[in-house]
This record gives sequence, structure tokens and C-alpha cells, in this order.
Amino acid sequence: MPREGRLELVCPAGTLAGLKAAVDNGADCVYLGFRDATNARNFAGLNFDAAAAKEGLRYAHAKGAKVLVAINTYPQAESWTRWTAALDQAAELGADAVILADLGLMEYAARTHPQLRLHLSVQGSATHYEAVNFYHEHFGIRRAVLPRVLSLAQVAQVARNTPVEIEVFGFGGLCVMVEGRCALSSYVAGESPNTAGACSPAKAVRWLETPKGLETRLNGILVNRFGPGEMAGYPTLCKGRFEVAGATYYAIEEPASLNILELLPRLAEIGVAAVKIEGRQRSPAYVAQVTRVWRQALDACARNAQDYSVKGAWMTELGKVAEGQQHTLGAYHRPWK
Amino acid sequence: MQPDRLPAGAPPRFLAESPIAAALSRLPSYPPSLLFAAGLNAALWDLLPEDARRALQDKRIAIRVVDLGLAFHFRGTAIGFQPTGKGAEDLVIAAAARDFAQLALRREDPDTLFFARRLVMQGDTELGLMMKNTLDALELTPQDLWVRLAPLPLLRALVRISLRF
Repeated sequence: MPREGRLELVCPAGTLAGLKAAVDNGADCVYLGFRDATNARNFAGLNFDAAAAKEGLRYAHAKGAKVLVAINTYPQAESWTRWTAALDQAAELGADAVILADLGLMEYAARTHPQLRLHLSVQGSATHYEAVNFYHEHFGIRRAVLPRVLSLAQVAQVARNTPVEIEVFGFGGLCVMVEGRCALSSYVAGESPNTAGACSPAKAVRWLETPKGLETRLNGILVNRFGPGEMAGYPTLCKGRFEVAGATYYAIEEPASLNILELLPRLAEIGVAAVKIEGRQRSPAYVAQVTRVWRQALDACARNAQDYSVKGAWMTELGKVAEGQQHTLGAYHRPWK
Repeated sequence: MQPDRLPAGAPPRFLAESPIAAALSRLPSYPPSLLFAAGLNAALWDLLPEDARRALQDKRIAIRVVDLGLAFHFRGTAIGFQPTGKGAEDLVIAAAARDFAQLALRREDPDTLFFARRLVMQGDTELGLMMKNTLDALELTPQDLWVRLAPLPLLRALVRISLRF
């Protein structure tokens, strides 16, 4: 799929307007989901019905971009046909690939639509090459999206030992990154992304300005309070502040945004095929802003990786739209093993 | 943290209100709400998908332009938006005039404004998210919006004035 030595830019599309913003600003691929729990960004009013998806595919293809359809949640016994219907729909629409996590669905896809290109979702939580190769041998997956828990050395180790293309996350909000296996949201909201497609479903979320600050409540339970002037964050449990041994702080995860612009030459060297931007829940304005910066960075890196350096303006632009007050290289860079 | 009861709502205090806001906030809210609902109907109603219209049914919404001390109160009905009086809102969205304008012009991302505490949404978050995503999905340019508001010259004049702040 990608040209030799060139990292593909994979951008989020929550709406048709978002898809066009991504394509117009230089995305090589956009990823989208349908309007139900078959994808991990199942929010009210977001995502694509059949007509919007069809138009999105037409628009993207006309401009040389590819469309990947995320069907990356886990069907349950009673809802199986909804997931297979989504898969059939993606195939009929002519999607360039589907992004899957569930083994059963993977088998269904390989059997029913042998021509359809399969990508393993980050929701599949494959962190080592044996797992990636398992999906390749049994279902012929062509690409795997790696969870954001691996160091760069570990990414390289996976890439070296598999014929499957490797896609990594490059930018966007971070969580505890146990995608596909995290049920934290269920404990408070009764639903998790794995089966319902949303972490902290909106129906359980309330924000309230109080004399003490902006409070975030999940099913009535206070999970965070932002004092005056403090940046706010998404209403997820993992990024909540809790009282532990007498102190109230981010006991699980401090809100931060992944930004690995500075690692681009190294990723290209390792042979990573694609970089993914998080944020299908964000607006077309965000998609345009972020895609524009990443396009410039990837082009600069492709022109001359040795002289590549991150521009201050890129960081400023990305800093404006990021969740949390800090950028991080996440697990990619860690001095310990 | 222990589960506790929802405290009584307090007005957003995230922006200092301007002197003009204090004066404007004393004016009755119904006439602006009437004009605002008419504007929404002209600009958006026929473009809203069925699920969004359903979600809006009988929901009372307030848009608070904090720096101007203005508030628009309306609700969704089967045939469009209708102005209402203050109180018992299902959803309150508050921001400064400039930020609302940036959102309408699609130059700014709502989540970005939310992180920066420049946009506050209180009440029915799902309804708010549905509205946000539905508006994001509409492929309306600022020019389209302007044309759609042509039958409401008074509203267009007020928009022009408010954009100067």
C-alpha cells in the first residue's frame, strides 16, 4: 500500500466534513466508522451512514486518498449479525481496508470477503510479532496498528520480524492504552469501548460549574474538578483525579497528548508503514489543523531525513489543540526497559 | 472520591463579564431568543437529519454569550426551534461571542475551546454532543449561512455588530 520508505499519514474522520478536511490537507488515508457500536468512537451524531460513507469514498478516491473503515469493537452473541452487516457494507462500498479487532469477525472477513484488505486494530492489543504473525497466517492481515505501550526499540523488533505493515500512533490524546481490554468505563458508566464503542458514554457525563471549579461527573460520581485557569480534559476515569492516601491527584494517568514528530526519521528507518492521528471525535477544524502540520513534517522528513528537525511552529500549532498541558513521546521513548 | 450528590448549578465563572454585559443582561431575554430561534430555523432546521431533530424534541436549550451578558432560550419542536423563557434548561452552552463566532466559521474546534475552558456545556451532555457532531457534519460555509439568514436582516445586523467585540 505505501510507497517504499515513505510513511503514510492516516487521519481521523468523524464526519464527511472531517473526511474532506483530512483529504484536502494531505492525508494519505482516512479512517471512519459507521453510526453504531461497531466502532470505538460511537458517539451521538458522529460517524457515517451509508450515503455519507459512499460520498466519502468517492471524494477520497477522486483525490488519491484511501478510506479505511474501523469495525474495531467486539460483537456479542446476540449482536453478531450487526457486525457482519457492517463488514459487508464496508466491502460493498469499496473500502480500501477494514480495521478489525475481533477474531471471529476477522475469520468472517477472510472467508466472506477474501479480496478485502484487513488491518488489525489497536483494539486487538497485539504487542509482539508472534501475535501479529498469528493474524497474518490465519487471516492474511496486511497491517497492524500497534498499541501505544511499546518503546521504539520494541516497535523495531516487531517490524523486523513480520511481513505485516506496521502502523503506529503519532498524535492525539492518550489514555491508559490497554485498548480492547480496558473495561474501566464499565465500572462507573456500565459501558466500555470494547462492546459499546464509547469510553465514558455521553449519557453518563455531566459537567457542572461550581464555586470550587468545573466538575466532571460520571453517573453522578465526581471524577475530576478543574480549578480556575486549569485546562480541562476528557471525562474518562483513567484521567480522573482521586483521593489516594490523603492526597488528590491524577492517580492513574495525567492528561497528555502524544506527539512524536521528532521520531519521524527513526520511524522511517525502522520501516514503519504509517502514522496514525487520533481524534475521530474531534471537529473538521482540528482535523485540518493537525493534518496540515503532519503533512508538512512527513514531507520534510521524506525529502531529507538527515536534516529533518521539528519546527517550533508545528509544535505551537499542535499544542493549541491538544488535550492536557503536556506533549509526550509516550512509551516510544523510555530510558528503562 | 466518594459518590456524592450533584450540587446546585452555578453560572459559569470562567470569563469575566464585560461592563456592557451587565447592562445587556438586564434586558428581557425573550426578544433576542425569538430572533435567535428564527435564525436557527432559517440557517439550520431543514438541514438537520432526522435523528438530530428527534433528539431535540421538547429539549430546552440556552446559549449564553458570556461576555455580552446575552442568553438565548429555545426548545426543539416537531416543526422547528421555538423561543422559550428562562429556566429548566436541559442543556446550557456558554462561551464568549468571539469563540461562538469562531465555531460558527469552523475556524476553531469545540474540544480545543473546552480544554482551554473557553466553552462550557452543562446539562445533557449527550444532547450537546449530538448537536456538536451534527453541526460538524453539515457542510455549510460561512457564506452559505449568511445567505440563509438573508430573510432576517435584523439578525444579520446584530451578528455584524457582535462580531466586532
